Parts: sequence; structure tokens; C-alpha cells
Amino acid sequence: MLSVGLSIVSLARFQFAMTTVFHFFFVPFSIGMGFLVAIMETIYAVKKDKVYLDMAKFWGKIFLLSFAVGIVTGIIQEFQFGMNWSEYSRFMGDVFGAPLAIEALLAFFIESVFIGIWMFTWDRFKPGVHAFMIWMTSIGTMLSAIWILAANSFMQHPTGFKINNATGRVQLTDFGAVIGNPQLWRVFPHVIIAAFMTAAVVITGMSAYGLLRKKKNENHFFKTSLRFGLWASLIFAILSAGAGDLQTQQIIKDQPMKFAATEGIYEDTKDPAPWTVVELINAKDHKASGQLEVPGVLSILAYHRLSGSVKGMNTINKEMHAKYDKQFGKNMDYYVPPKTLFWSFRVMTGIDALIMLVSLVGLIFSRKKKDTIESHKWMLVILGLCIWVPFIGNSAGWFITEFGRYPWIVYGLFTIAQAVSPTSTVATLLFSNIVYFLLFTLLGGVMIWYSRQTLHHGPYYEEADSKQNVDPFAKEAFGK
Amino acid sequence: MTLSTLWFIVIGLLFSIFLFLEGFDFGVGMSTRFLAKDDVERAAIMSTIGPHWDGNETWLVTAGGAMFASLPLWYASLFSGYYILFLLVLVGLILRGVSFEFHKHAETSTGRNLWMWAFFIGSILPPFFLCMILLSMVQGIPMNANGDAFPKFFDVVNLLSVVGGVAGVLLSLVHGLNFIRLRMEGPLRDRARNLNKILYPILFLGEVVFAALVFLQTDFFTKRFTSSLIITALIVLFSLLGYYGVLKNREGWSFAGSGLSLSMVIVLLFNGLFPRVMIATNPAHSILIKNAANSQYTLTIMTIVAGILVPIVAIYFIWSYSLFTKRINPRENTVKY
Repeated sequence: MLSVGLSIVSLARFQFAMTTVFHFFFVPFSIGMGFLVAIMETIYAVKKDKVYLDMAKFWGKIFLLSFAVGIVTGIIQEFQFGMNWSEYSRFMGDVFGAPLAIEALLAFFIESVFIGIWMFTWDRFKPGVHAFMIWMTSIGTMLSAIWILAANSFMQHPTGFKINNATGRVQLTDFGAVIGNPQLWRVFPHVIIAAFMTAAVVITGMSAYGLLRKKKNENHFFKTSLRFGLWASLIFAILSAGAGDLQTQQIIKDQPMKFAATEGIYEDTKDPAPWTVVELINAKDHKASGQLEVPGVLSILAYHRLSGSVKGMNTINKEMHAKYDKQFGKNMDYYVPPKTLFWSFRVMTGIDALIMLVSLVGLIFSRKKKDTIESHKWMLVILGLCIWVPFIGNSAGWFITEFGRYPWIVYGLFTIAQAVSPTSTVATLLFSNIVYFLLFTLLGGVMIWYSRQTLHHGPYYEEADSKQNVDPFAKEAFGK
Repeated sequence: MTLSTLWFIVIGLLFSIFLFLEGFDFGVGMSTRFLAKDDVERAAIMSTIGPHWDGNETWLVTAGGAMFASLPLWYASLFSGYYILFLLVLVGLILRGVSFEFHKHAETSTGRNLWMWAFFIGSILPPFFLCMILLSMVQGIPMNANGDAFPKFFDVVNLLSVVGGVAGVLLSLVHGLNFIRLRMEGPLRDRARNLNKILYPILFLGEVVFAALVFLQTDFFTKRFTSSLIITALIVLFSLLGYYGVLKNREGWSFAGSGLSLSMVIVLLFNGLFPRVMIATNPAHSILIKNAANSQYTLTIMTIVAGILVPIVAIYFIWSYSLFTKRINPRENTVKY
């Protein structure tokens, strides 16, 4: 029976991971694209430079493709707390439902209504008014991020609650504390900036491919887009590192195990603490070896000081046993998956550094005076290949956040194993896992295919039947 | 009235609005096969809800969120108990949601066909299975003391739940055709009316069978006879109003009638459920509103938030509809969505 029980939890976890990771390919990209397209359209509205209108329209198409996949995979998220994690929903309903409902009321309505208007009113509103519609959409997507991260931050670091002794469930006592959760206001900038960076890198990469095609009439368009994307990705890559640093400060306080695992520290470090670049992790025996260390750097990363040691996982495990054994029993395993966290952190930060470097080099090569980037094909190819990189970085970041919470679903209060629906069976979970997997493969593949096709057509593509292909709500059609 | 009861009503209201709005979206999706004759017409039909469908669907997301935020034990039991059916609802909503955007980009007739079929199937699955879930649950299903529902196959698939699902689909189709009559001109507008002339009599038959089965299979009429009777009568009366609008060519009346019929179905179910939210075969295991509810504190916050936000949403939501009132003629001003 135990093995069946375990596989229900692992299947449910796998499904949650699959649906959220897939959803989160498109969410940061959409948030970023909405924001950058809004900026493009605003530049057009102010400067009346037509290339920015072309950019808003062209990149808007890519934005809409991603937005569509983001929406439909988002509905799954709202349903699956009840479907797969009903015990979690019962335990957390008093705290968790409110941000979700507010997200729908405050954010989803804004984005869904205004994106509908934006899509169909290019010819009906003045540029400034039309840009307002995409700004509303963009604000909606960002508000949505705040509320879902508020919910997630509670799971990372519960605040403003008590445990109701009669029901054994979480009870909200201070809504302000949930909104003011320090975790939230450190994770939100990090996520939102990474979202902007993701979109900027994709715009840069697709523009690089566009330049590779060497079409005369598109050169100005893709060159402007490339420079726009490079500037944005450089700025946001730098800001992202800063935001990540702020978040780290909070994690050391709230979730020391997560921090120790991202740095692969089993035993308490020396003072000042050295930073391990790479090492071999033996997760089974809770040991690490072959460290390549830089002295003193971890103290700076962790405390912004030149001194201070960092607790290792073995110490923290003992502390957590002392703290939680009474309630959760002696058999709990408080070690988070160390290799996943250690390497995810290095992948994430490495990608951020890579994007900074590539953006900087790209900017140098594409300076207006020197028309050299077109003649450096290798540089364009590198920029093109970088399209995929931020998506890996985003996923790695969430791996740290979510795997680093193990074994808790709500930190210190409720374990993952407690949270799963008692109604779940292996058969139904396998079925839904397969259905989602097939659907996601289809959606992801088609989305990439149509984006590629859009790029292939370029910004000045006239569809064969364009004469008839008039926007049904266009001004002429609309005249009463 | 307690706050938890208020939120039970709010959830009912949100579901009613959702069915009114997304009901015609579903019907429009079905019309791509039942009404349109070629790709041009299908695309034109699809374009009538282009700016609106996402906003309409947000009412469902809000209803689900409100359920989680106010009566989480209901949310947990219902969604976990009808796992496979909710999965099928989701598959439908996913296929439908992407079809709008993907259809625009399809360049071959195979591609366009694929996404049109996704649109069609995605418009049938959600109303069918959502109605099926609700009408299965109100008959009473096996539950345990924890609130976990374990409906067996025939608890889920039975005469009432299937008739309810079919009636929900049919009513959505009729509603969608009424919307098309309101939003299009030319032959599609006329053909939608003609099709509804045929569909309404079938719908009335369906509604009578549905009402009889609700009378026989649920305790609605034993628990609250008068109100159940009045609401059932209203479902039929609003449908008659819609039919009257078809015969007299009053499109606004038809649209309001079919939409309100859909909303009244939710009102009937919520009225019959009260004060329960889940009905178990063993009455001791039924979940009551007061037991499913969140704390007074959370409900107060949600009441304030909703009280401020819902009117604001309503204003810009209605305004967004007012922007798109020009009738669409597939042969004149649109080919592709």
C-alpha cells in the first residue's frame, strides 16, 4: 500500500511540476512582451516614428500567441488545487483563496477585456489611446503576478495567520501581513524583471534571425528591434541580478536549508565563508567533495559583509528535527534535493551573466556608426541561439524556489504528502498526466511553429487574400 | 443573512453570469458546424466573439476563485470528486482558447480546419460536462466524513446528468444562434433564425424532460417546492420569450430570453442545494454552507474587495461590449478572423 501511496504523491507532484513549468514558459514571456510592446507603441505615439508602430504590431503578434497559451494553461492552475490537492485546499482555503479570487477580479478582467479591445481597434483609436489599451493589459499581467506570488510567498514563509485548533486548518488573522510578506516584495521584482528580460532576449534573437535574411526593406525594422531588445536585455539582466540578491537575503533568514542547498554546504562554513563554484555532491551520505572555492565571497553574497559563517545542511537538519519532531515525527527528511538546487542556482546565475555579456557585445557590434553586426554572422547566430536561454533560467529559478521548500507544501505547517487529494488514484493521475503531456507538446510545438512562421514572413508581409482580409471592426466597416 | 450565505449567493451569481456570457460563446463555437457552410462563414462566426470570449471566460475563473476564497471545502470536494470530468472541461477550454489565435496563423486549409474543429469540440465539452457535474452532484453521491466524494460511474453518468448535459449544450447553441442574429447580417443572420425555429421546439421538449427528472431524481421539490416550481417555470418562460423573439424577429428579446434561461438553471440548482453545497447519499456527510465556509475575517475582506471591484469590472466590461456593435457580414467585411 505504501508504494501505491507514494506513487500517487509523486504522480500528483509530477503533474503539478509539468503544468506549472509549462505555464511558466509563457507567463514571463507574455508579461515581458506586453510591457515591451506597450513601450514600443508609446514611443510611436510620442515620436510618430512609424518603425515603432510596425514593431508594436509585429511583436504584438508574437505576444498574442504566447498570451493565448498562457491563458489556457493558467485555467489549469486554478482548477488543479481542488482537483489534485484537495487536502491542501481545505487546509489553506482561508488564506490561499483570497489572493486567487482577487487576482481574477483585479487582474484577469483587466487583461482579458483590454487585450480584446487592443487587438481589434488599431484603426479606430488615436495612437495614444490605443497604447493605453496595451498598457492596461500589461498592468493587468503584472497585477496578476503580484497576487499569485502573494499566495506562493505564504507557502514559502507563512505570515498573518494562526492554526485554528478546532479545525486544524490555517486561519487568516492579518490580511495586511499576507500582502506585506517580505518574501513577496523580494520575489516579485525578481520575477517581473526576469520576465522583461526574457521578452527582450527573444526580441533580440528573433531580430538577429531577421537580419540574417538580409532583406533590404526589413533591415531598418530588425536593426531597431535588435537595438531595442539588446538595451532592454542588458538593463534587465543587471537589475535581475540585483533583485535576486535582495531575495537571497530574505531566503537566508526564512529558509536556511534552501540557501545552504543552493550553495552545496553540508557542514558549517569557515568565517569568512568561501563561495563554492563547483563541487561533487554526495546526497546520500550528506557530504560534498572536490570544492573549487573562492575565499570570503559567500559572506559577501549572504550578508553583504566581509565576515560571517553560513550554516550547513547537516546543522539545519538537526535544528529542524528539534523544532518539528513533536508535530511531524522523527522520520521526516528535511534535506532538500541538493544537486537540483546547487546546479539550478548556477544555471540561473550563469544564464544571467551570459545575457549581460552577450547584450553588451551585441550593443557594441550594432552601434549606429559602425554598420558591422550584419557582417558578423556569428554574432547574429549567437544572439539567435540565446532565445532559448532565459526560459531555462526562469525554470531553474522556480526549481530552487519550489524544490527548496521540500518537504513542505506550506513551510513548517503542512507537508506535500498531507496535501494530496484522498480521492486520487494512480489510474486517473496517469490518465491526466498523459493528456496534459500530449496537449502541451501540441501547444508548445504549434506556438513555436507559428512564431517562426511569423518571423519568416517578416513585418511587411501581405497575406495573399489581404484585400478581403479586413479587420471586421475597422473604421470603414464600423461607420454607421 | 450570514456572510457565508451571501457568498453562496455571490458564487451562484458569478456562475449565472458566466453561463449567460460564455453560453453564447459556446453556442457560437457550435454554430461553426451547425450553421456555417464554408470556411469563410466559420471564420466570420468566430470573429463575432473575438474581442469578448476571454473576458467572458474570466467569469468562470472568478467563480472558481470565489469558491476557493469563501467556501473552500466545497471547492475541494467538488473539484477532486469530479476529477475526470473537470479534466475534460479543461481540455475543452484549452482547445477552444488557443483556436482563436492559432486559426489566424494557419495558412493551409488543413491547419484552419484543425483549429476550427478544436474550436467546435472545445465549445461542446465544457457546457456538457459542467452541467453533468452539477446535475450528478445534486442527486446525492457517496461521500465520507472528510468531505471526499467518490461518485461511481452511474452516479456520474445517469439519465438526469446526461439529459442535463445535453440540455445545457442545446440551450447554449440556441443562445449562440440568438447572439449571431444580433451580431451579423446577411444570410447567416436569417439562417440562424431559421435554425432556431427548429431547435426551440426540441429545447422545450428537453426542458420538460429535464424538469420531470429533477422532480424525480432530486429532493428539490420536496425541500423547496414553491421556489423550485417558480424557477423551473421561469426557465421555460424565458425560453418562450426567446422563441417569441424568433417568431417575431425580435433579436434582443431572443438573446435576453435564452441567456436568462441559462442563468436560471444555475439559480434552480443553487436554490435546491441551499443550505447545502454538496449532497451526499448519507445526509450526515453532506456539506453545509456554514461548514464549508472560511473565517468571518476572510469573508469580510472578500466582501469588501468584491464590493469595490465587481462594479468597476462591470462598468468597463459593458463599455468594451459597446465598442463592437457593428454587424458583421462575412461576404463584405471579413474573411479571416
